Amino acid sequence: MEFVNNIFVNIADLCRALFVWLLNLLGLPVGLAEVAMVAVYWLGIVIVCVFCALFYVIWERKLAGYIQRRPGPNRLGPNGWFHTVGDAIKLVMKEDIVPDGADKNVHLLAALLAFVPPMLALAAMPFGEGMTALDLELGVVYIMAVTTLASLPVLCAGYASNNKFAMMGAMRVVNQAISYEVPQALCILSVIMVAGTFNLNQIIDWQTGNIWLVCLQPVAFVVYLITALAECNRAPFDLPEGESELTAGVFTEYSGMRYALFYLAEYCNMFVAAGLATTLFLGGFTGPFLPGWVWFLLKTFVIMSFFIWVRWSFPRIRADHVLTFCWKVLVPLMLANVLVTGVVVYLLA
Amino acid sequence: MQNLNVNSERYTLNMGPQHPSTHGVLRIVADFDGETCVSADPQIGYLHRGMEKLLESRTYVQGMPYTDRLDYLAGVNNNLPYALAVEKLLGVEIPERASLLRMLSCEIMRLASYMVGIGIYIMDLGAVSAVFYPYQQREYALEVMSALCGARMTQGYIRFGGVQADWNEQCDAALQKLLDEFPPFLEMYHKLVDENEIFLHRTKGVGVVTAEQAKAYGLTGANLRASGVSYDLRRDAPYCLYDRFKFKVPVQQAGDCHARYVQRMEECEVIYQLIKDIYAALKETEGGEIMGKVPKVLRVPAGEAYAQTENPKGIMGCMVASDGKTNPLRVHFRRPSFDNIAIYSELMPGHKMADLVTIIASFDIVLGEIDA
Repeated sequence: MEFVNNIFVNIADLCRALFVWLLNLLGLPVGLAEVAMVAVYWLGIVIVCVFCALFYVIWERKLAGYIQRRPGPNRLGPNGWFHTVGDAIKLVMKEDIVPDGADKNVHLLAALLAFVPPMLALAAMPFGEGMTALDLELGVVYIMAVTTLASLPVLCAGYASNNKFAMMGAMRVVNQAISYEVPQALCILSVIMVAGTFNLNQIIDWQTGNIWLVCLQPVAFVVYLITALAECNRAPFDLPEGESELTAGVFTEYSGMRYALFYLAEYCNMFVAAGLATTLFLGGFTGPFLPGWVWFLLKTFVIMSFFIWVRWSFPRIRADHVLTFCWKVLVPLMLANVLVTGVVVYLLA
Repeated sequence: MQNLNVNSERYTLNMGPQHPSTHGVLRIVADFDGETCVSADPQIGYLHRGMEKLLESRTYVQGMPYTDRLDYLAGVNNNLPYALAVEKLLGVEIPERASLLRMLSCEIMRLASYMVGIGIYIMDLGAVSAVFYPYQQREYALEVMSALCGARMTQGYIRFGGVQADWNEQCDAALQKLLDEFPPFLEMYHKLVDENEIFLHRTKGVGVVTAEQAKAYGLTGANLRASGVSYDLRRDAPYCLYDRFKFKVPVQQAGDCHARYVQRMEECEVIYQLIKDIYAALKETEGGEIMGKVPKVLRVPAGEAYAQTENPKGIMGCMVASDGKTNPLRVHFRRPSFDNIAIYSELMPGHKMADLVTIIASFDIVLGEIDA
């Protein structure tokens, strides 16, 4: 049990020991081992990114099939579980089409940058006990800062495509991301006020010592989920893509590998949002019987499934309603929540 | 409309003909100021096949299957006005059973067409799952038609003087399936869509057509009735044997996109009841003739005739002019979708980008019919 719980920590330790041994052998300063470990962590995060994207794409299609009373993909591999692998291979092999009028460098850069924000965010995510690559004192602030960047590549994509649909989509991304940043920050602020720390691991410790924050901050939890949907541009907030209005929105001029990168990045962004919700509200990686990282994956799985369920149930919100809902409902609601939280925390302290 | 924001630049957005929610190949050239539509101009003709000319260059019987391709979501309903117009010239008497079979097949396909109209409407609002449940019901309806005449979509079931095939046992089973499955579906769909806050926000007060506007633009069908004008050819100018049946004609007063959804849902219940009634009447004419006395080679007496029917999309009219030869001199169709979209350029300006899609979807248009 203890071994399974610490399996990834042990692997990291093994790597570090190996590097130290190698450096000693070559007569180089041992401090370089830490530099090498960055590469190992980075590799780990890439693997997590790719696996979660591949898994959740197929899981979404399966769940959508279930919701829509059809079998869903069931051909490639056992019961169709390898479909995303096939899809990825197909997309890689497709011709890379760049429109004539596009800003070619930005067009490419946008696709490449799409993966960066979720990877940066996952670096500070506590996957399990001692499994935080970057255990920052201001972990929450860091994650919020880098997830905000996620709208930048999408804006670049819309701008570089030189297409009106894409440009409209890009404008909507910025609209939405900036607006929903505010209530999301207020949600997280409520959590921080209760737990009294910005450190993600300490927030989890606080929850282990007391109670899951979802019980103390149910409103903040619900609003966080809504804002997370909006930040990830997921239905019912998928206006930037808005298939029935903007054809494919910002991704209209993307195909092949470049489109695949955006597509996978979307799922990674969702995974980050789900991971943060788990950490802040659902006690993070803690739980009985099973290893910590399994609990983390299970909790994120539930939230991801919720995101998918919402996507396949609701119509899309109109662009002006998105903003009205944010500024006239969510922001006042969260300000009130922060006020109440502050008063209660002050009185109890 | 005046450009209120001096810092913004208007731009022209070309929606279609290749666009996921223009129901085929409708093209809307719209000017936008930011997200707001300033002017909209529907362009048609991308699916033009010269239907009327095709009919004129073929014999009457050869021409019949082409009419299925007008409103391809409800093939039988298009056969009917053509058949009625030609029969007026021929002066044949249609057996009772044939008339009932025509009505029954038309009502079944009307239901099938409404299922597409409602499902695609909700899907265009972004709720993709909502299209699958109505399509299931449409499938049951198509199974009935398949058992009846062997074809699912473009049936060509109606012949001059009667119908192609008689009702059989397989049809009984297929129709029973439809009758069993439909009421629970309708209840479920009401629960799924009716009170969805996003749906209400997207549709209420959007694309309001007043009764005067609706009449002035010649809207027909559910779109007209959703604007408060109670007019249904089946009741007000009955053809076939519709005067034998009593049915309610639902009317909405609001005239917005939401009213058009409610209108279609309410009409579904009426159609369902009508199918049951016609089916019961059909059972009483067991063993009756299904074809009137029509010569093998149709030579239609010279003259002109016009017949119109209430189709799923509105009033479908057919004008046939004959000079006594085996092929018509002139055929012209009044296609309901064609007349219904004329109002778009007045309706769309002032609405948001997403509302354009809502308006298009709420009218339930079929491009095969518009372009003919």
